[in-house]
Amino acid sequence: MDLLSIIIFLPLAGAVLLLLFPRESERAIRGFSLIVSLAAFIVSLRLLTGFQTSAEMQFVKHIPWIPSLGISYIVGVDGLSLFLVLLVTFLQPITILSAFRAITERVKEFYICMLLLETSMIGAFVALDLFLFYVFWELMLIPMYFLIGIWGGQQRIYATIKFFIYTMVGSLLMLVAILVLVYTYKSQSGVLTFELDKLYWVAMSTRTQWLLFLAFALSFAIKVPMFPFHTWLPDAHVEAPTAGSVILAGILLKMGGYGFLRFAMPLFPDAALRAAPLVAILAIIGIIYGACVAMVQKDVKKLVAYSSVSHLGFVMLGLFVLNTQAVEGAIYQMLNHGLSTGALFLLVGVIYERRHTRFIEEFGGITKVMPVYAAIFMVVTLSSIGLPPLNGFIGEFLILIGIFKAKAVYAALAATGVVLGAIYMLWMYQRVFFGEVKHAVNRTLRDLTPREVIVFAPVIALIFFMGVYPNPLISRMEPAVKKFVTEVRAGRGDYMQITRFAEQAGGKWMPAVLEVDPEHPDEETAALVEKETELE
Amino acid sequence: MWFEEHIYLIVLIPFIGSFINGLNSFLGNRMPKRWVGWIACGAVFIPLLISIRGLFYLRSLPPADRAIESIVYTWIEVGNVHLDAGFLFDQLSCVMALVVTGVGFLIHVYSIGYMGHDSGYSRYFSYMNLFTFSMLLLVLGNNLLLMFVGWEGVGLCSYLLIGFWFDHKPNAVAGMKAFIVNRIGDFGFLIGILLLFVSLGLKGHWTLTFSELSEHSYLLGRGGVVTAIALCLFVGATGKSAQIPLYTWLPDAMAGPTPVSALIHAATMVTAGVYMIARMNFIYTASPAALAVVATVGAVTALYAGSIGLAQNDIKRVLAYSTVSQLGYMFLGVGVAAYAAGIFHLMTHAFFKGLLFLGAGSVIHAMSNRQDMREMGGLRSPLRVTYITFMTATLAIVGIFPFAGFFSKDEILWKTWASGHYGLWVIGFIGAGVTAFYMFRLVALTFFGKNRADAETQHHIHESPKVMLWPLVILAVLSFVGGWIGIPKGLGGNDAFHHWLEPVFSHASHEPGGEDLHATFSASGESFVATLPDADASHDTAADGLIAPVEEARAAIGSSELETQHGGAHNGDAEDHGLERFFAVISVLWVILCGFLGFRFYTKRIDIVNRLKGIAGGLIHRVIENKYYVDEIYQAAFVDNLLRTVKGCGIFDNLVIDGLVNGTAFFTKIFSFVTGLFDNSFIDGLVNAVANIVTATGQRLRVIQSGQIQGYLYFVFSITVLIICLKWLL
Repeated sequence: MDLLSIIIFLPLAGAVLLLLFPRESERAIRGFSLIVSLAAFIVSLRLLTGFQTSAEMQFVKHIPWIPSLGISYIVGVDGLSLFLVLLVTFLQPITILSAFRAITERVKEFYICMLLLETSMIGAFVALDLFLFYVFWELMLIPMYFLIGIWGGQQRIYATIKFFIYTMVGSLLMLVAILVLVYTYKSQSGVLTFELDKLYWVAMSTRTQWLLFLAFALSFAIKVPMFPFHTWLPDAHVEAPTAGSVILAGILLKMGGYGFLRFAMPLFPDAALRAAPLVAILAIIGIIYGACVAMVQKDVKKLVAYSSVSHLGFVMLGLFVLNTQAVEGAIYQMLNHGLSTGALFLLVGVIYERRHTRFIEEFGGITKVMPVYAAIFMVVTLSSIGLPPLNGFIGEFLILIGIFKAKAVYAALAATGVVLGAIYMLWMYQRVFFGEVKHAVNRTLRDLTPREVIVFAPVIALIFFMGVYPNPLISRMEPAVKKFVTEVRAGRGDYMQITRFAEQAGGKWMPAVLEVDPEHPDEETAALVEKETELE
Repeated sequence: MWFEEHIYLIVLIPFIGSFINGLNSFLGNRMPKRWVGWIACGAVFIPLLISIRGLFYLRSLPPADRAIESIVYTWIEVGNVHLDAGFLFDQLSCVMALVVTGVGFLIHVYSIGYMGHDSGYSRYFSYMNLFTFSMLLLVLGNNLLLMFVGWEGVGLCSYLLIGFWFDHKPNAVAGMKAFIVNRIGDFGFLIGILLLFVSLGLKGHWTLTFSELSEHSYLLGRGGVVTAIALCLFVGATGKSAQIPLYTWLPDAMAGPTPVSALIHAATMVTAGVYMIARMNFIYTASPAALAVVATVGAVTALYAGSIGLAQNDIKRVLAYSTVSQLGYMFLGVGVAAYAAGIFHLMTHAFFKGLLFLGAGSVIHAMSNRQDMREMGGLRSPLRVTYITFMTATLAIVGIFPFAGFFSKDEILWKTWASGHYGLWVIGFIGAGVTAFYMFRLVALTFFGKNRADAETQHHIHESPKVMLWPLVILAVLSFVGGWIGIPKGLGGNDAFHHWLEPVFSHASHEPGGEDLHATFSASGESFVATLPDADASHDTAADGLIAPVEEARAAIGSSELETQHGGAHNGDAEDHGLERFFAVISVLWVILCGFLGFRFYTKRIDIVNRLKGIAGGLIHRVIENKYYVDEIYQAAFVDNLLRTVKGCGIFDNLVIDGLVNGTAFFTKIFSFVTGLFDNSFIDGLVNAVANIVTATGQRLRVIQSGQIQGYLYFVFSITVLIICLKWLL
């Protein structure tokens, strides 16, 4: 079996084997699932070592699956997906380890769900066949549905149904769009295929492109989630068990961004360019609005959930600015968000396990009682608000450069999110950790156990590493990102269409990058255009 | 050569120290206390030694080559954006590194005594070393982004150290206020960096390295975008260096331990803004408008903050406002393009203000942690060393000849006058008097008269331990002699400090219209020659047709104007020296007068003070004592409104956005209920109705099918009769 398939199916195999375990031997079940997820992580490191810095798809595996319908099993990674796959395999053992004490009921089912979830998430990140992708994409929902619905909090049924139906609505539209795309291709070439590589070349009228893009975009925007499709997120987060929140925030939300990167934008580039100003505005609203709403939350988990809306606004803005720096910053920021928000949910879980409440006013002065916990919380907070030289800063800075090149006003607006982020995070931190210990119950709280320290140590290490020495990651993404930017910018379809789009939408959006100096002669602008395309 | 390859050690060693002490604190303070102190002080002392070595190394090089850049690794590389992690050790960063490590080392030593009994001893030193690390990164970073990293790092340490005693809520709130106000400034700073980066990038140079920026920044021309960049960066400086309008965090920051106030909120961190402007001098010189803003903000802050200092009773708060005021002088200096003068004052201020804070710390220590001056008095004899050193620092800050502050402050005022900013000079001059007044008021209240504390406290008054006194003594010596390295020509010196820094600002000086032509060109011919090839270079590039004609003209005018200015400068020198001396005498007399009044009022003539307080019904005094109510105004204008907005957002999200989702769900449910009802009653009802009708009809008709012949015959007969009747009728 090839490397990628091993990584995808190892957790699934683990889940199947878990079925054989007797229900009572909980220790064995926990240990086994940890080992499986660790094994998947170690195997996935081979991806990193074997990865060639180029724009090509690597570790590709192509097996016909249902040939009569043109469906095949195609997987592969490139610079866009490499680190997202690694993020999954990295976070999974940490999450599993963190759940050791929190989950005491239906232990076996819980870990089966976790492992199933891992398989579907990795699969969705590496699938290069639209049908295969759709299968993995929908498969993710099922374990998540159970995670929230079974191990969740009081309002779990409401939250899980909301989560399921909301994401489902988007997915179904996407399924219709996929079928339209495939049949359009068939009518043009006579071949029925779901292969992504081939579908990039479908010729479409601008109207069709626009409609299909909207269908895809809605599905991904709900997943991201973008303002105003975000309200399922706080509910799902608050009700989900810690492990569920970590996976949800750390990885599932990245699916949305990745979907834009891999599918929605390259499949319908002209429509994507046309939608760019709209998406940018929604993203900016999301950044500021998410931060504002986060500020008034009384529940720490809800606060973190809304901060995700704000952070992912940055990611979306970066993606749709469409230049190398911004897109690369957006991917980097997805990783950062996975780490820091994942860690924040883990941290909230720690305190919830001890006190069974997450309300800010129930705490205060915790530093005195739990100094190690407070220190780790501080580092993660700082990472989340983008303090240099931690990881968050690199992503934000790259995105801001990119946006600034395109539209300075957008960058200024987006950067206000940085200020607001500091306010809501530090305010929360101050109310939870500083001051005197207000409630007597909190006096006897136990500081982190060694197991919990082990959970956080790798995340903290990575937070520092990715801020101080980001280049190894960035340089591996770069060729793929450049290819992505060039291809989307080039658009598709006949020449007439492209020029029309340039007039309609791009005329306002794209050339802002190239606006050098009105006084300068045209040839210089032309040279710059050349340089710009050459560089990107 | 050794030095060139090991600049990174200056930055790295404090980090290691911070890491060790931090780990110790993390693991429950297992290391002996003595070690903690030694490690922390050593982690600052070794960089001090390396920096001193660097100073000698730089001196061994010809002035033009005194800028050592060493790249450690590639930090970020995306497309045409390439940023290194590297260090720049030139004359300016050398001075800064020496101040940071030198004063920093003394304050670390002092802290061993001051923080000796604190349970967070190791954590404290970990933060202090982390601060030193960040500050050194800020001053030694070779590019603007690395400076920004240090900039944010010192902000973080400031936040952590202000809230060091976090179980007391006001401390934590003060820390948060400092961080957030700084973030607002940083927002401007970041936009400035981006604006500079992208606008220079579009001219073909994607760089943030200082050396390349200064080389290419002329491409941006003068005014316009350069002004925007300069002002954005200055917003950052107002945050970090506590200038109007973002100064409000600094007085609150005094909640931290006193050595922290000395190191971070007086000597080093708050001067970062001044350093930044000096470092980016090529941008500021190209924008007279921005410079004017800097100078005006500086001068106004100097007077404004000083005036608040007049009516404060907390000893540290007086010093805090004094710091804000002195920082204002530094900005006034750099704002009139006298960058070297600004940096000079930065250095002397680090000595005497560090000393003042440490002295205040010693007083507070003696007074059992009391900070209110109304409870002090008469500490002159029990705290002998503290008193003498404190007095030295007071004379220095007030600007008495020949103490350090005299040379630096006087130079700023002189440069302000000489560059034609007479209005700002007047403000600065009055401010100097105010400084003298509040400083002598402080001295009078603290060290003279009778002690006003309760008996218990009085009983405990004692001089601080030696480990705290030695730093005081050393800083006192520096406050005395520190100014002598920059005695201007006019007062018989050779202006060594300026000569030293000159190459860093030479870019500024070959700008025509630069306000500082006098100073820089009266200095030496050598730098003038050094600048010429530069001007030629820009001329050449201009000839390539890449630069707008304006640039060409600028270069041309630049070189010709330089010559005239240079020629003229020498003639002007002699007259100016006379005037300079005259101003020096005037200002010394002025501060002596104000200082005397301050001292006299608060020792012997307290009645005059009370009468002054009563002016206008006490209104003026109340306004000043309450800091012009600026905190309250900010609270009402910004904080409250922000809170209102975010509350509104929260409600909007719940009611409207989520309401839409839930509403959709609700209507779907209603709709399905109605369709269900419709389905049940109408559609299914229709089906059932058909069946029912059939059944009912059957039921009725069943009666006919009785099987009796008579009945059938009767039925046939009736129908026949009916048909006949109908036929007949129709």
